Amino acid sequence: MLEVPQRLVTEMFAHAIAGLPDEACGLVAGPAGGTRLDVFYPCGNTAASSTLYNVDAGDHLRADRDADERGMEIVGVVHSHTHTEAYPSATDVEQAPDPSWHYLLVSLREPTPSLRSYRIAEGQITETAVSVTD
Amino acid sequence: MAVEIRLPTILRPHAGGETTVAAEGATVGELFADLTSQFPGMKGQLLNADGSLHRFVNVYVNDEDIRYLEQLDTKVAGTDQISILPAVAGG
Repeated sequence: MLEVPQRLVTEMFAHAIAGLPDEACGLVAGPAGGTRLDVFYPCGNTAASSTLYNVDAGDHLRADRDADERGMEIVGVVHSHTHTEAYPSATDVEQAPDPSWHYLLVSLREPTPSLRSYRIAEGQITETAVSVTD
Repeated sequence: MAVEIRLPTILRPHAGGETTVAAEGATVGELFADLTSQFPGMKGQLLNADGSLHRFVNVYVNDEDIRYLEQLDTKVAGTDQISILPAVAGG
């Protein structure tokens, strides 16, 4: 189970929509090794593509430092799929760097955006249920 | 000279779970040589077989990406903050 405050879901959806027609991406922070997200950091997509994302490295550094100052850690990455479901693509699995991270996906395929979350370890995808909290 | 290096979560298991570790060296390349001799499990994740920086790794000296400085030859001082971060990408 991954607890995501409604405020963060709203920020993720807004960032995904603002990024259209390209995919949008960002990082999330929370307590180390925990199952709760507290901060969403919208990041630039240096791939500037509707099918690929590449988190802007400078944005990643700033997010990492801010999370550290808050006593948290970057615990995952969020990105949007503009026309497909919220499920990791082959590219996502291949490039997933960290088995301890949460891989969150926002799908903009339907009129209402949706959010799902996964762990990706050694090529295996496991969904984590998202619980949206107040 | 000892310099503090901040590790990304993916490398911490190789360093007994530590967030930051100290390594000796006057350049980033020397720091990495010391780091990978202390923690051999990191070697394949940081460097290619020819000793160059792995393309999925970003290294910063303070706020500067070493790719825009002198790569592994970038000089470091004891007061510098070295950060290693994974390149985060997908589709």
